[in-house]
Amino acid sequence: MKWFISQETIKAPFQKILEKGCGEKVARCYQCGKCSAGCPMAFQMDYLPNQIIRMIQLGMEKEVLSSKTIWLCASCFTCTARCPREINVAEIMDFLRRHAYRTRIIPSGDTEIPLFNKIFLRNIELFGRLYEVGLIGMFNLLSGEFFKDFTVAPKMFLKQKIGIFPWRNKNAKALKDIFRRSGGLEKAQRGRLLYPKLIFLNLSKKFIGKIEKLK
Amino acid sequence: MKIGVFICHCGTNISATVDVEKVAQVTSKLAKVHFSTTYLYMCSNPGQELIKKAIKEKGLDRIVVCSCSPSLHEKTFRKCAEEAGINPYLVEIANIREHCSWVHRDKKEATLKAIDIVRLAVAKVSRDKPLVKTYVPIEKRVLIIGGGISGIQSAIDIAFAKYPVTIVERESSIGGRMARFDKTFPTLDCAACILTPKMVTVSQSQYVTIYTCSEIEEVSGHVGDFKVKIRKRARSVDINKCTGCGACYAKCPVKVSAKFDMNLGLRKAIYVPFPQAVPNVPVIDRQNCLWFSAKNASGGTKKACGLCKKICNFGAIDYDMQDEIIEEKFGAIIVATGFTQFDHSVYGEYGYGKYKDVVTGLHFERMASSSGPTGGKIIRPSDGKEARDVVFIQCVGSRDEQKGVPYCSRICCMYTAKHALLLKEHNKDAQAYVFYIDIRAAGKNYEEFVKKVQDEYGAIYLRGRVSRIFEKGGKIIVRGADTLSGAQIEIKADLVVLATGLIARPETVKLAQMLHIPYDQNRLFTEAHPKLAPVETVTSGIFLTGACQSPKDIPDSVATASAASVKALGLLLQDKLEKEPLIAKVDRNLCSGCRACVVACPFNAIDMKEIEDRALKCKRDVAEVVEGVCTGCGNCTVVCRMSAIDIEGFSNRQIMEEIEAL
Repeated sequence: MKWFISQETIKAPFQKILEKGCGEKVARCYQCGKCSAGCPMAFQMDYLPNQIIRMIQLGMEKEVLSSKTIWLCASCFTCTARCPREINVAEIMDFLRRHAYRTRIIPSGDTEIPLFNKIFLRNIELFGRLYEVGLIGMFNLLSGEFFKDFTVAPKMFLKQKIGIFPWRNKNAKALKDIFRRSGGLEKAQRGRLLYPKLIFLNLSKKFIGKIEKLK
Repeated sequence: MKIGVFICHCGTNISATVDVEKVAQVTSKLAKVHFSTTYLYMCSNPGQELIKKAIKEKGLDRIVVCSCSPSLHEKTFRKCAEEAGINPYLVEIANIREHCSWVHRDKKEATLKAIDIVRLAVAKVSRDKPLVKTYVPIEKRVLIIGGGISGIQSAIDIAFAKYPVTIVERESSIGGRMARFDKTFPTLDCAACILTPKMVTVSQSQYVTIYTCSEIEEVSGHVGDFKVKIRKRARSVDINKCTGCGACYAKCPVKVSAKFDMNLGLRKAIYVPFPQAVPNVPVIDRQNCLWFSAKNASGGTKKACGLCKKICNFGAIDYDMQDEIIEEKFGAIIVATGFTQFDHSVYGEYGYGKYKDVVTGLHFERMASSSGPTGGKIIRPSDGKEARDVVFIQCVGSRDEQKGVPYCSRICCMYTAKHALLLKEHNKDAQAYVFYIDIRAAGKNYEEFVKKVQDEYGAIYLRGRVSRIFEKGGKIIVRGADTLSGAQIEIKADLVVLATGLIARPETVKLAQMLHIPYDQNRLFTEAHPKLAPVETVTSGIFLTGACQSPKDIPDSVATASAASVKALGLLLQDKLEKEPLIAKVDRNLCSGCRACVVACPFNAIDMKEIEDRALKCKRDVAEVVEGVCTGCGNCTVVCRMSAIDIEGFSNRQIMEEIEAL
C-alpha cells in the first residue's frame, strides 16, 4: 500500500465528518494497540482496529470504508472500555458502517455482512421482531447461495426455533416510527434496501467465481 | 602480634553457604591469631561495638574482618579500629561474600574456600604497617571550561558562595548553544530571555572572571593545586576600552555568512555574534578582514582598510594584538565543554548539501528566532518563500550503529515537537509531518507537551525512518513509511528538518588527555559512577557537567551544573585536603633511575629527582612520587624491574606472604 500525504489528504472533510458524526477525536490515538489486543474478531480482520484508526488519522477514507474490519466489528465495546486515550473505537466503527452505506463504499465481494446487516434491519422494520425464515431466505437469495444451511432448516423447525410465519410485535408501529425518525436523522435511506446495481454485481461475481472453480 | 578475626554472617548472605562457626574455629588456631568470633551483622552498631570491645579486652593490635567487598565497608571498619585505638591501616577485609558465598552452592567446599581467603588476609595483615593520612593544601579557586548554560550556572553557584571562579570560553561570547535557540521546551520560555539574565549576573559578579576567545593549553598538578595554561587568542579589540557602541561593525565593508546563524544570514568581518553577547565587545575575524588580508598579501605595503580603527572613538581597535598565555592555579576544575551536532552528510539519502531546503534543527532554531536572520519567518533557504509543508526527521545519527552513534540523543524528540509547534505558530497554514522511531518524552510535562503538539497543533506523527529524499518540480519529495498503518508514505514538502543527534566535540580527546579523565567509546567524558557519582570523574578535583558527559537538555544541564559546583565547593570549604596514604613509595637505595615508572604512570605522578648517593659517592637520578597526584593504582610497581617501588598497604612483600599462606 502506498499513500501520498499532503495537506489535502490530512485536512480532507472525512475526519471532520467523523468527529462531528460520533464525537470522537481520532488524533488523540497514540497507537498503543490495546484495542486490537482485546478484539475478539481481530483474527478475521484485514486491518486491525488500531490500523483503522491510524488510517483515519492519515486520511485514507476509501481504504477504511472498503475494509472488512468495520463490518466484522461485533460492537462488543471491549476496545472502548480499555482505550487509555478514551477513544470510543466501537462508536467509530459504527459510524464508519453508516458512512459506508451513505457513500456506498461497501466491500461487496469479500463480505456479506453489509448485506446481512441491511436485510436484518429491514426485517425488524417490517415485522417488529426477527422473522428468521424471511431473513435467511432473503439473504440466501441476494447473496447468491440459495441453498446455504438448507439442511438445518427442518431440524430447527421441529425444535420450534423457526416458524413459517412471522411473529408480530405488539407495538410494531412504534418501532416503525423509530426507524423512520433515525432514518430521517441519518439519511441512511434504509427504505431503499436493494441497490439493484450492487446486487447484480454481487451475484455476477459469485457466479463467475463458481464457474471458474468448476473449470 | 595479636590478630583478631571477626566473621560476619551477613544475615544469611554468608552463613547460608559458609559454615561461619567452623571458619572461626579453624582460623582461631592460625599462628598469630589471638581471637576469632562471629556475629550476625558486623557492620551494624552492636557489631562494631563487639570489635572495639574485643580490641580493648583482648589487647588486639591488628584485625581481619571477614565480610563483604572492601569497597562497601572497609571505611567503616577502619574508622571502628581507629576509635578503638589502633591504626586504621592495620585492618584487612577478607571478602567471603562476593568472592565466596554468593558464587558457590556447596557448603563444604565454600567453607574451605572461605577459610583460605581468611588465611590470606591474616597473612597480609601481619605485614601491614601503620600509615598516616597526608594532607595537601587547596587553592581556593575554580576553573570552568566552557561558557554555555552549564558553565554559567556553575559559575553563578560558586560565585554565590563567594569563591573566585574563572570561565574559559572558546567563542567571543559566553552563552553557548542556548543563545542560539528560540524557545525552550516544554514551557516555551524564550531561550534568550531566561539565559541573558544569567549571563549578565555572571558578568557583573566580582567573583567571576571570564576569558573569552580562550582555550586550555596545558594542565598539570593535582586536586587542590591545578596549574593551568590558558591561551587567550588575539581579539584585536581591547575589552577594557571598548564600550560596545557598535560603530565599528556598522561601518565594516566586509560581509560574510554568519556561523552563529548557521550560515543563513550575514555578518561583518568585525562583529558581535548576537545582540546580547557577554562581553559585548566585537571581535575581528582575521581571515576575512581587509586590513589583515592586505597586510598578509603584500607584506604590509599595500594600503589597507582600517575603517574600524578610524571610526572607533575610544581607540579600542588594536590590529597588533597577539595571543596571550595566562598561567593560573586552581583548586578544582569543572568541565562544561558541551556537545556538537552530528554530521549528517553521511546520510546520502537525506540529500544534505545537495538540496538547500534540507536543513538541521539548529537552522530551524535560527529561522524561528525573532532576532535571527529571517526575522522569525520559516522559509525555504533555496528561494526564500515561506515553508508550508515541513517534514521533520528524527534520529538522524542517533540510534544508528552503522552510520551514527548507538545511543539516544535524548533531546531530539522534544525539540522536534517544539519545532512542529513553532512552525504552526509562525504560519497558521503550515503543516508539520514528523518521522520518528519512538517518542522518548521522559521528563516533567514532556509527554503532555508532545501530545499537545499532536492534538492541538495537528502535527502528523509517522512511525518510521525516511529512506529517500529527492527534488521534483521545486518541491522536496520525502519517501518514508508508516509502520503503524503499514503504508509507504510520500510527502511533497517545502522544507525538511533533520533532528541531528548530539555527539562529543572532537577536541574532547585532547582535553581528556590533558586533564587525565577517561572518556568512553563515543568520546563522552566518563563519570566516576553512573549512579552514585554522576558529576565526579575518577580524577579527584575534576567535575563534569552538561552535555560533554552525555546528551542533556537544559534542565538536566543546569541540574548537573549545580551538582558539580556543590562538589567543587565542598572541596574548597576544607582547610586541607585529606589524602589516603595507600600510594606508591620509592626505595631510593634500590631505584636505578630507569624511568620505566615515569612512562607507566597514567597520572604523571612520578618525577625524577637528583640525589647524592653517599655509598657510591656520586649524584644520580631516582624516581620520586608526587604524593598529591598518586592514586595508588599500582602501574609503577608492575613495571619496576628493581622492585624499588611499592604501594603502601599492597606491598610486594605482602602479596608474596599471601601466596605463601595459600
